[in-house]
Amino acid sequence: MSTLVKNSIRFILFILIQVFVLDNIHLHKLATPYLYLLFIIWLPFKMNRSWQLLIAFIFGFTLDAFRHSFGFHAAACVLMAYIRPYFINLLIPQQGIDSNYEEPSIKSMGGFTPYFIFISALTIIHHSWLFLLEAWQVGNSWYFLAKTFLSTAISLLLIIITELLFTRKQKFKTNTI
Amino acid sequence: MRNIFLFIRRYSTFLLFILLQLFSIYLIVTYNKYHQSVFSNTANQYTGKINTQYNKIENYFNLKKTNDSLVKVNERLYNTLKQDFQLPDTASKIVVDSIRVDSLLKFRRYNYLQATVVANSVSNQNNYIAIGRGKNQQLKVGMGVIDASNGVVGIVSEVSDDFSVLISLLHKKDSRISSKLFKGGEIGTVTWNGNQPNILQLTGIPKSAKVAKGDSVVTSGYSTYFPKGIMVGIVTEVTSEKSTNNFAINIKSTADFYNLQYVYVIDNLQQAAINDLLNKAEKKSQ
Repeated sequence: MSTLVKNSIRFILFILIQVFVLDNIHLHKLATPYLYLLFIIWLPFKMNRSWQLLIAFIFGFTLDAFRHSFGFHAAACVLMAYIRPYFINLLIPQQGIDSNYEEPSIKSMGGFTPYFIFISALTIIHHSWLFLLEAWQVGNSWYFLAKTFLSTAISLLLIIITELLFTRKQKFKTNTI
Repeated sequence: MRNIFLFIRRYSTFLLFILLQLFSIYLIVTYNKYHQSVFSNTANQYTGKINTQYNKIENYFNLKKTNDSLVKVNERLYNTLKQDFQLPDTASKIVVDSIRVDSLLKFRRYNYLQATVVANSVSNQNNYIAIGRGKNQQLKVGMGVIDASNGVVGIVSEVSDDFSVLISLLHKKDSRISSKLFKGGEIGTVTWNGNQPNILQLTGIPKSAKVAKGDSVVTSGYSTYFPKGIMVGIVTEVTSEKSTNNFAINIKSTADFYNLQYVYVIDNLQQAAINDLLNKAEKKSQ
């Protein structure tokens, strides 16, 4: 399956799952899990950064359209997509591994720990920016912190479960003959 | 000049990032003020269609609850029938004035239109509800909406051809419902602080008023959205604000925002007339 087709199918699936399944979950009337950001985490390594930003914006905007409040998820997704390459550079074990694999996964990041740090950092950034924009002020900080950390914990749990359930086959590409 | 182009080329990703962020924040800030913005109308129509398909499935799981609420509504309506009350004067009887019936439409003030909820949320700070009825089905911006148990749900803020979007009572920024205490009649405003769904805040009740836990809060009838006396909620907590002369009152909403299936939209037939008069009076005083 080509990268374009694969990512288009993911786009639609993640939006549908988020809107119709996960948005109906409100744990303790406080935390809502967000799984859809896995789409941005799974974007290919070798992709133009401007395109990454634009795709993240369209993705967030589509989710906003379902929630009738424009801008919130688009802003959070764009921030996440902008920061993602820096984390990849930081956490990747050796030079050039990003040309051997197509997209971030436990295998291509060289183990569970770096990958876990990668997804948790991106999830925290996404959630805190989203809730900060929603609250529109830094006032009620305990509520904001509780909401961010609870939601992050639940989202991370869901992301790891998804990662374990749906193993992606990653071919090792090499340019030596 | 060359340096400027070099700068733009070098930092193009960063500039695009800043641009997209600013655009998103612009959308957040302006979305509520300009209801009929370019994409909201079309997006409304598309997402509405997808939501309707999903709602067809979801409805089956809520059939029992919907039936129960409808039976309750029927019970309430039966109890208001004229024939159930005994009149004190034995000589009197109920007469329907045939002339009045003919011109009844003239005296009608509110008309109720049913609609299905196709999308709903409670987890955000500013929540919206989408319903499957729009401009082609007589909906207009500014109509009040109640649920099957006769509790206030929200106000229509946007209409497309076949769908509309309501500002839910659970909308931190824009939800303000003029209400009063059922017992004492003191007028206040119901808002939401964004913390707990189903717990709303009633402000503007002076400390001289007698409020107790369990009192009913109903609409005041002073706005053109709702008739007088529609339930908003029940008082759960009364504390006195130290800095002002008012109580801070928490109320539990009558409408159950977690399970909204059917709602009634209230068409106030005199809304335009009242608003025209108000506008005229305001212009005169300026």
